This record gives sequence, structure tokens and C-alpha cells, in this order.
Amino acid sequence: MAETLVETTGTHLQHHFADSEQQLETATLGMWTFLITEVLFFGGMFASYAIYRAMYPDAFRSTSRFMDISLGGTNTAVLICSSLTMALAVRSAQVSKRKHLIVFLCMTICLGFVFLVIKGIEYTRKWNEHLVPGFHFQFEPHQYQQHAQLLFFLYFCMTGVHALHMIIGVGLLTALIIMASRKVFNEHYYTPVEMIGLYWHFVDIVWIFLFPLLYLIGHHT
Amino acid sequence: MSTEVIRPVETVNYLNAQHSVKSWLLTIDHKRIAILYLVTISVFFLIGGSFAAAIRINLASPEGNFFSAETYNRLFSMHGIVMVFLFLVPSIPTTFGNFLIPIMIGARDVAFPKLNLLSYYIFLTGGLFALFAVVHGGVDTGWTFYAPYSSTYSNSYVLAAAFGVFIAGFSSIITGLNFIVTIHKLRAPGMTWGRLPLFIWAHYATSLIQVLGTPVLAITLLLLAVERIAKVGIFDPNIGGDPILFQHLFWFYSHPAVYIMILPGMGVISELVSCFSKKRVFGYDFVAFSSMAIAVLSFIVWGHHMFITGLSMYAGLAFSLLSFLVAVPSAIKVFNWTATMYKGSISYDTPMLYVFGFIGLFTIGGLTGLYLATLAVDVQTHGTYFVVAHFHYVMVGGMLMAFLGALHFWWPKMTGRLYSDVWSKVAAVLIFAGFNLTFFPQFILGYMGMPRRYHAYPPEFQTLNVLSSAGATVLGIGYVIPIIYLLWSLKHGEPAGKNPWGAAGLEWQIESPPTTHNFDVIPTVTEEAYNYGPAEEVIIG
Amino acid sequence: MISHVPRVRTLVFVFLALIVLTGATTAIDYINLGDWNVVVALAIAVIKASLVAWIFMGVRHVTSLNRLFVIAGITWLSFLFLLTFADYTTRSWQYQPQAWGH
Repeated sequence: MAETLVETTGTHLQHHFADSEQQLETATLGMWTFLITEVLFFGGMFASYAIYRAMYPDAFRSTSRFMDISLGGTNTAVLICSSLTMALAVRSAQVSKRKHLIVFLCMTICLGFVFLVIKGIEYTRKWNEHLVPGFHFQFEPHQYQQHAQLLFFLYFCMTGVHALHMIIGVGLLTALIIMASRKVFNEHYYTPVEMIGLYWHFVDIVWIFLFPLLYLIGHHT
Repeated sequence: MSTEVIRPVETVNYLNAQHSVKSWLLTIDHKRIAILYLVTISVFFLIGGSFAAAIRINLASPEGNFFSAETYNRLFSMHGIVMVFLFLVPSIPTTFGNFLIPIMIGARDVAFPKLNLLSYYIFLTGGLFALFAVVHGGVDTGWTFYAPYSSTYSNSYVLAAAFGVFIAGFSSIITGLNFIVTIHKLRAPGMTWGRLPLFIWAHYATSLIQVLGTPVLAITLLLLAVERIAKVGIFDPNIGGDPILFQHLFWFYSHPAVYIMILPGMGVISELVSCFSKKRVFGYDFVAFSSMAIAVLSFIVWGHHMFITGLSMYAGLAFSLLSFLVAVPSAIKVFNWTATMYKGSISYDTPMLYVFGFIGLFTIGGLTGLYLATLAVDVQTHGTYFVVAHFHYVMVGGMLMAFLGALHFWWPKMTGRLYSDVWSKVAAVLIFAGFNLTFFPQFILGYMGMPRRYHAYPPEFQTLNVLSSAGATVLGIGYVIPIIYLLWSLKHGEPAGKNPWGAAGLEWQIESPPTTHNFDVIPTVTEEAYNYGPAEEVIIG
Repeated sequence: MISHVPRVRTLVFVFLALIVLTGATTAIDYINLGDWNVVVALAIAVIKASLVAWIFMGVRHVTSLNRLFVIAGITWLSFLFLLTFADYTTRSWQYQPQAWGH
């Protein structure tokens, strides 16, 4: 089945690659291609949001009172911190600092958990305030109730899909910690760390757009 | 031709390297994965085909009461879903693409072999969800799942079917991703972009569409599912939502999807037409760039499915013009294939018969697409059998013929066996005749006003419908015959040897069937593609 | 070949810039700029996203092929936005057909 035709020198070289440089370039191109699919995946929801916001600007603005800007803002800061710790984790792998790598990965996971907990608090509050479309939705002022449901539907879908990506990211980071503790990574081979780092930063970028569009709609009115 | 000794097929190759079930189900060999896909999509084809048979049985009489109207709605919906998502979209890329792309570029495997296996199991899972829906009575929304019927009013298994398609879509994305990276990064030394077989160019363009378009379908189906569960959503007019937004999002994928379905077939035709004309493809650069042009243009024409459903007339004008534009690259290909045949040394082997069928039928299908892209004509023909005939001409007369051509061309390479020449030609002719008898009357019916997706029709349409159903019978027989002789050839066919067709291309320089690692030594490529010399002389190796 | 190793200082600077920009976009939301609020908010978001992509994700150092892929993704997404908006913005346009001979 798998035959090695090239000297592997313990760099996890797979049988169909000529050298580890080709393998790394292939992995990088693959991960970027995957992230582009994610751009289109989230993009469908962003397009829907853009259209309805353009159609019903007043209704959308009226929802901003119910968006907790302090929780949303905190979550934004939490994710930005986690991007820093992730970048530092990748850097640690690049310079073979295994303990730093593990520490930064753990910090990233913790920040990810904080994000998810805050999200959970927000969702619970929305549930208690009857702001979940389809489940006894009630909204004041009443004239905007119909169209506001569009915003809240998109809110839950967009942040929900985003949160799902965070959960998957936390799982991937856990796998990285296990691999790191088994001394898999060094300055010659840290491809999974770098690739998952790209994924994590992308999930941060999605939130960077979600925050102003969902939380900063209309506090000035 | 070559003077190699044709070794018997019992030498060690990818088929017999390991025999256990586990070695097949957990393989990471792209060739074995291709065979797994081939078996699976063939099963889905037979399932989708039996729905088609049921449709044509029902439409043989104007009352159309062989099945109830409810059942009929489910039949055409499941026919569409199974044929589009579980057969046509995966067909050539997952079978011949998986098998041949690494070999054609001089590589040992695709970029991500384990991901390749995962994509197969994801596909299988999606297919099983769709089959679950089928077994429980299917959906009646049409394969297009339009809101608000699918989100609010339908009582059928929308969630199961949509979920099946959603899952299968991820398989498509992964396969596309794998091929893009493979073609970029794993080409053999000397295999420049300008030397790639056009089959590769076609699959590269297909993979771009898969990667860029399918995610939008995924999110659309997800939004639909949430709306169905929550009983309110963004396509719901009751809260200010717009059902046409669903159509925008749906067709943003589904129009490029039809190019996912046809481009690989076009790549196959390029390979076959040059081999059986013993001439390099005329206008290689034009054919390669036309594949890329289709990959771009296919994404900006989707509104032509929505001309009369509520789209703004001005947007319709733009989409109509762009749809005319997207026909140009396809026409370029047809002209170049024809020019390839001109003054070539034509041989009438079975794959070439499918080439003739493809070029003729795809041209008719493509031209009738231009009719539909014309706003004023579409007002008359939208939702009629004219549309049904158009897309069956390109999908079945085009893509399915290309698939059969590919099957007959590369079967000796994949299995090491030759099949019956006589029976394969009989089947090809039957398929061509049956196809035209089935679908040409439908152009006339559509023009005369017979709507699609109706179980019954006015009695004056009966003659043409009976002709169509008769044609479907012939077509069905035509499809069954290859199953018989191809399976028979596995045990009793003559050993094929490395290059039974005298074709150019790296795949014809290795054993039939290939070894697991494809090449003993990775080749260095020094010549252009299709390096056919003067007629009758083929330079191998 | 290994990827470029970033300096810790660079990463921290980018982090601080992102925090500052987040604060800025939040504060600006309380100022009434009319229709420009959403433009400013999106512009700041684009800057933040670009910083993350350019520095944290290393787009600064990747091959031109990778960068082309990123541009392709954004371009294709723009197809979805532009043509869908082309429909919604022109639906209300009135067309007055002229009778023949006018």
C-alpha cells in the first residue's frame, strides 16, 4: 500500500510526494482552497443579510437594543486574543519551543471556551426574552415585529454556524495538543499547527464581520 | 503499433494486490476509490432510471392515472435528485477523474489520498439519506426544493432528502479541492500546463466550480431546513421574506452545477476524438481556455432560470445577455472537435460512436438552451417540456454519452480486458436511437404548450407522449446491454495489453490494469499532448 | 523550506491594532453618521480582516498562487452579491412601453 520511495528522515513524508517541501506547499494550497469554500458558505448568509437589511433598514435598526454590545464586544476581544495566542503557538512550533507551543494552544482553547460560554449566555437571554423566531417570538415596537424576525433568524443561523466552526476548531486544537505532547512537531515539521492556525484565524475573520453587522446596527438612533 | 508482449492479466496490479474486503473499503489508492465510486453511482443510476421508467409509463396515457398525482410528483422529484446529485455530478470526476488524473499527470496518487476515501464515504452517507427519503415516499417538491412549498407546505420527507443532498455536496467539494491541489502540485517533471491532456483542463475547471459553487447550495439547504423546523424563516413572505431569494441562492450553485455535469464529459470527448482521429486536438489552447471561461461565466447566468418567477426585468436582460455569452466557449469546443476530425484517420470503434452521438446531441441541446435564454421565448417555454427536452439533450445526450464513451475507452485500461465489439456497437446505436425517440418529441410537446411536472395532459398530446415512452423503452434496453457484456468481459474478455487503441497519453504507457503505484519510475515529459504522428503511426513512450 | 517566522513584536502590534479598531468601531456606532455608519463599520471590519489575513495568516509571505485563490474566493462571492442586488434594486423600476409610431 504505502511505499516510501524517498528518504523520509522522520518528516512524515507521504509516499506520493517527492519531498517535504512539495508536501507542505500542497497542504497549504489545500487549506487555502478549503477556506475559500468557507467564504462562499458563510457568504450565502451574508448576502441574505445584506438584502434584507437594505429592504427593511428601520426594522433592523430597531433590533439593536436587544443585542448585548458588551457581550458581543467582549467576544470580539476574546477572539482577537485567541488569534494572537494561535499565531504565537505556530511561531513556537517554528522555533521548536514545544512547551510554549502547548501553553499557547491551551490558551487558545480556553479563549475559545470563553467565547462559547458567552455565546451560550447570549442565546439563553434571547430565549428568555422571546427573541427566537418560531418559538413564541415577541418584539417591541410591534410594527417591526415581522421584519425583525428576519434579523433574528439570520442572527441565530450566522452565529450558530460560526459557533459550530469554533467547536470544531476547539476539537482540532485538542488534537494538536495531544500531538505536541507526543513530540510530533519541530522546526522541520509543524504543518498541522500552521494549517489549523489558518482555520482558526479564518473563523476569527468571520466574527470580525459578524460583530458590526449584528451588534452595531443602530445605537446612534 | 507496439510490439510489446501482452501479458496475461494475472500479474500483480491494483485490483489483485490485496484481496480482503478491508483492503477495498479502507483503501487510499485512487484507482480503487474510483471503482468504489463506479459501483455506487451505477446503483444510483439504476434507481434514478427506474423512476424515469415509472414517469414514462404514467405519461403513456393522457389521464396519467397509473400513479396518483401525489405519487407522480414524488417520482419526478426523486428522479431529478438522484440523477443530478447522486449520479451526474459525481459521475465522471469521481470515477474516471479519480482513476486517471494522477496517472495522466505522472503522479502516484492525488494530493490527499485519505481525504479522497473520506469523500467517498461522505457521498455514500448522503446517498443513503436520500434513499431513506425514497423508501419513505420521497419528496414532491421537485429537485429544486423551491420555498415556500418545501419549507412550509410539503408533507414529504424534505429534511431527509435535503440533508442527503447537503452531505453529498461536501463529497463534491472535497473531490474538487483534491483535484485542484493535485493538478497544481503533483505534475511530473516536464508536465507543464500547456502539455496537460484536455481531460485535465476540463476537470480543473470542473473542480473550480465545485469548490466555489457547492458551499452556497449547502448553506441554502441549511437555511431551508432551519425554516422548515422553526416554521418561520428568511424565505417566508409572512415575515417579509422573499421566496425568490431562495431561488437566487439555489441557482447560484445549480446553474454552475450543470457545467460541473458537462465539463468532464467535454474533457472525455477531447481525449476520444483525438485518439480515434489519430490527430492532435485542433486548437488545444482554445479548448483549454474555453473550459476556464465556462468556469467563470457559468457563475453569472443563473437568473435565466428565474425569468418568469418574479425577477426584475432589467436583471433578466443582463442574465439573458450573459447566457448568450456562456454558449460561446461550448461552441468553440464543438468547432475544434470537428476540426480535429477533419482529415484525420477516423476509426469507428465504440467510443467514437459515443463521440459522434455527443457532438450531435450536445449541439442540439446547447442551441435549444439559447432559445430558452431568449427572454421572450422563455415566457412561452418556461416550465414546459421544451425545457425538459433541452436539459435531457445536454445531460443524457451529452454527458451520459460521454460517460459511456469514457467507460468503453478506459475499460481495457482499468480492468485489463477487452469487451465485445459487436454488442457494444449495438448498444451504442440503440441508445442513440432510443434517446432521440424519447426526447425529440418533447421539444414539440413543449412548444405546443405541454407543461412539465404534471401527471396528466390534454389528449391531443398523446401520440407524441407514446412515442416518447416507446423511446424510453428502447433506451432502457440500450443501457442494460453494456452492463451485461462489460461484466462478462471481466471473466472472459481478451487481455487488453497496455494500449489497445494506440492512444497517446501517459495512462497508455503503463500496464493494464495499472500497478498500485502507477509508475515504476516517475516519467519526465518532453512532448506535447496528443503527439500523434502521421496517421497509422503512434509514438509510444 | 519553512514558512517565514514572524517576530513576536509584530504579532503583538497587530493584536493591539485589532483591539483599538474594535473599540473604535463600537464607539463610532454611537455617533449618527446616517447611511455612512454601515460604510464606516464595514471599512473598519475590512481593515481588521486584512490585518489578520496579512500578518496572522501570513498572506504577506505566501505564493502568488495562494493569493490568487484568496482573490478568486472574494471575486466569486462578489458575483453573488452584485447580481442578486441587481435584481432587488431594479424590481421597482417602471417600464413605460411606447406605442408604435410615436
